[in-house]
Amino acid sequence: MKRTVPVIIASAVGFVLVIAFFIPRTQAWGETAVLWFNILAAVAFVLGAGNLIKVQLESISARRPGWGFALVTLVAFFTMFIAGMLKIGVFPAGQYPEHAWSGKFDSAGAPFGWMYNYIFSPITATMFASLAFYVASAAFRAFRAKNVEAILLLGTAFVVLIGNTAMARLTDPLPEYLAFLRLDVLVANLMSYVATGVTRAITIGVAVGVAATSLRILLGIDRPYLGRL
Amino acid sequence: MIFDGCRLMAGPALVLLLTWCIATNGALGAPPAPTDVTAEDFPWDDGTNANVRWSFDTAGSDAIQGFRIYRRLTADELAKERVERRVKAAETAFDTSLKSALETATSEATSEEHYFVGDDTPQDRPTKRQAAIDEATKEALKAAAAADGEPLFEFRAIGRAEPDERSFKVTTLARSSSYEFRVTALGIDDSESEAVDAAPVTTRRHAFVGERGFLAAFLFGLCAIIVGAIALARGGFRMKVRRIAGLDALDEAIGRATEMGRPVLFIPGLQDMDNVLTVAGVTILSRVARTAAEYDARLEVPTARSLVMTACRDAVQGAYYAAGRPEAYNPEAIRYITDEQFGYVAYVAGRMVREKPATCIYMGQFYAESLLLSENGNAIHAIQIAGTAETSQLPFFVAACDYTLIGEEFFAASAYLSGEPAQLGSLFGQDIGKMIAVALIVLGVTLATVGAFHVPAAQRAADYLAHTVLKQ
Repeated sequence: MKRTVPVIIASAVGFVLVIAFFIPRTQAWGETAVLWFNILAAVAFVLGAGNLIKVQLESISARRPGWGFALVTLVAFFTMFIAGMLKIGVFPAGQYPEHAWSGKFDSAGAPFGWMYNYIFSPITATMFASLAFYVASAAFRAFRAKNVEAILLLGTAFVVLIGNTAMARLTDPLPEYLAFLRLDVLVANLMSYVATGVTRAITIGVAVGVAATSLRILLGIDRPYLGRL
Repeated sequence: MIFDGCRLMAGPALVLLLTWCIATNGALGAPPAPTDVTAEDFPWDDGTNANVRWSFDTAGSDAIQGFRIYRRLTADELAKERVERRVKAAETAFDTSLKSALETATSEATSEEHYFVGDDTPQDRPTKRQAAIDEATKEALKAAAAADGEPLFEFRAIGRAEPDERSFKVTTLARSSSYEFRVTALGIDDSESEAVDAAPVTTRRHAFVGERGFLAAFLFGLCAIIVGAIALARGGFRMKVRRIAGLDALDEAIGRATEMGRPVLFIPGLQDMDNVLTVAGVTILSRVARTAAEYDARLEVPTARSLVMTACRDAVQGAYYAAGRPEAYNPEAIRYITDEQFGYVAYVAGRMVREKPATCIYMGQFYAESLLLSENGNAIHAIQIAGTAETSQLPFFVAACDYTLIGEEFFAASAYLSGEPAQLGSLFGQDIGKMIAVALIVLGVTLATVGAFHVPAAQRAADYLAHTVLKQ
């Protein structure tokens, strides 16, 4: 029973979502199923936040290495949570100016908005910016000309890289009958035919794979969500 | 004398010339109106579309730049429009007034942030703030009242059609509702013809979405093939599955972590459980967890979604039970970090640098964090195995990881690792599906090539294949 009921629920909901795509009268059922998911996700968010607090508190309590980071995490969490939930310092919305709490919790003048814009955003932007260095180091490794395939990759990357810079203009003087060798034309052809062709091949494989995986789950052959049941 | 006569005639001639010019411009500026404008419910749809058709003299098509289609707003839409306009006017007036008050409140203040931390004395701030809000409120109410008095246009332009087109598909309508449409012709000089109204039409929901018919045939056909292949495999039909290096390396990678006494890090991607890549990732996690349980390796699963955390816990717990080592299961090793992409990356990268896991496995949906994570893993010399169907991230994983499951391999991983006949049968069905896709590609390429040699039938068939059969 413990096994059968979840499989029936999962299969029924899955088939409803598939059928709702084709049969308009069942669309409302599909929308209801999506609503259920949203409710579950919202409840799970409380579990997630609880887990975060518990893990950090344990870390501080046991004075594990790096417990200071846990303290910073908790302080940041509660500061943002209180500032956002209580709408501290929020300006009222124009629609309801007489109600002090009617403004958005992340409006520009409010502490939450200030912390988000001037602390959180720069930190995440810094993380994102570091990607440039990682790309450089990964490219250095990937483009080492060790064999024929690597040399092909290196050559293609070089053409695409140079073709997207102002240096692409260097090949403009090539005569018309050699126009296919101009860097901008080469880049366009590489991206439109070679890269798109390969990407589509992968995409077709993915689409068929998604159908097979979904079917395995809907038929209950694969049940990762059942755990130890 | 002759000179005087000329002067006398000049006035009426000028008037005649001007009249001619105005008349000519008028004729150029107002193109003829379309005729026989009709609106009808779109056949075989979900009740949210309608078709508007019209006639127009083909000879006049060169003198116009197209047609404009209008729809009369419903009573609900008009009411909503009034409210939105009122709110917008009030908000703009409120913000403008408040900003002006803030600018005069402190010498340096130019924004609300400055007002919040401005250089006024703390005692003055609440009084000034309330006065500014009161004044802004008055302005907002005044602006809202003014907005109420302005007239609303009941018809709204919803799209344009080319000069050679004689129909327009209107989308995103409400089901079982009545709508009125009108069409005008647009002159070259942007002038508009007289509008011609169509009789009202009521949208209707049909039993099946006709445009998705071919997709349904493909999908259910593919499912039938996969189910058939599963039945075949269950019946004892032996199937040969090619080796996938990345999956074969999983056991070795987990064994290495056990020998080194370091953890195995499993990242199930950034998306929630409604994403099929995450579901596939969790399926692989259960196999990884079983091997980790058998080898007594430490497994860590940081997640970016709460629901994924609970699903991963269930999957890992089930794997530990299946391996006969339930006591070794540690739920705290599977934890929720944050929904924020780079916050999650910061945690995982930091964890990698501090804990130095021997094996890092990335299975799921990844975005910009793919390279940030895998490069960190590379820096600590971990064995890295990645799998995703996100084509834009595959090159990064290929560059930074030891093994990468590309696209379909990722979805085949669960069946491959389980070795169960039923699951392997689904792989066989998957391959047949790919063969059908290849056959369609070859057919399309052949038809298009033949069509290029002025064979209209082949060209029509290629167009039908591309624009009707494969439209969805």
